[in-house]
Amino acid sequence: MDTTAINHQHEKTENSLFGFWVYLMTDLIMFAALFAAYAVLHNNTFGGPASGQLFNLPFVLAETVILLTSSFSCGLAYLVMQRGEVKKVLSWFTVTFLLGLSFLFMELTEFRRLYASGSGPQHSAFLTSYFTLVGAHGLHIAAGLLWMAVMLLVVRKRGLAPKTNSQLARLALFWHFLDLVWIFIFTIVYLMGVL
Amino acid sequence: MPTFKNYLIGFISSIILTITAFALVEIHVASRHRTLSHPLLIGVILTLAMGQLVIQLCYFLHLGDKSKRWNLTFFISTLGIILLVVVGSLWIMYALNFNMTPQQVNQYLQDQGSY
Repeated sequence: MDTTAINHQHEKTENSLFGFWVYLMTDLIMFAALFAAYAVLHNNTFGGPASGQLFNLPFVLAETVILLTSSFSCGLAYLVMQRGEVKKVLSWFTVTFLLGLSFLFMELTEFRRLYASGSGPQHSAFLTSYFTLVGAHGLHIAAGLLWMAVMLLVVRKRGLAPKTNSQLARLALFWHFLDLVWIFIFTIVYLMGVL
Repeated sequence: MPTFKNYLIGFISSIILTITAFALVEIHVASRHRTLSHPLLIGVILTLAMGQLVIQLCYFLHLGDKSKRWNLTFFISTLGIILLVVVGSLWIMYALNFNMTPQQVNQYLQDQGSY
């Protein structure tokens, strides 16, 4: 590629990254609405269990550390991608994928435990808003994992091309964003929930 | 430009902030809610979360870069909307609860047939 073509590609990547950022900000507003619903409803337990009796904090801390580590490994994947090291990109994204998968698995385990003890989303307004907020984040994680699996296959098959790099940059942005949202779920739902 | 050192700083400080918030809450619960007053402790852990937000925005999302000026602008305006949604909801719903007398609540439940 000559320099004008490279500049053109660079500009396209920057533009699509900005467009993706705008999407993330609208997603953030949706999460804000779910947080507001949770904050309003979290005392409406309808005689059922309150947040302090339900949550297992060390378990949630482990989830948080796993997601944080996956955000870090995703950053490292982005770094090696910029240097064009295909093998390292594959291994760091695989690490990120596995960490993300264990996070999702732990979250589903937590949901199943709540369900089994009769604290499903239908029990009270508090539990409905809890499952909606945390479940919406979990759905985003599941979508991110699907996206990551597809990108792993693409990089494996075709290596790194400017278009692939641009897609990987957006995926990394999405993953860091989900980690940021989780910090507030951890603080507001879980830490403040047991106080 | 993102570097390994940046990601490492972001990661380690995020872990430290998370574990500090967790430890404060655990110690508080273990001491039967006597270490700090609740509003103060909530203020502290929310501040720790905000610190982590700023750190990750800088070191993971690179919002401090000059080329990301517009991303930052968009983020700040989004924060304004979020503030309106969250504070507005809490304010309105709190006032709504406050304005309901116990008799009104009982009447409402009777009308709904759930009493």
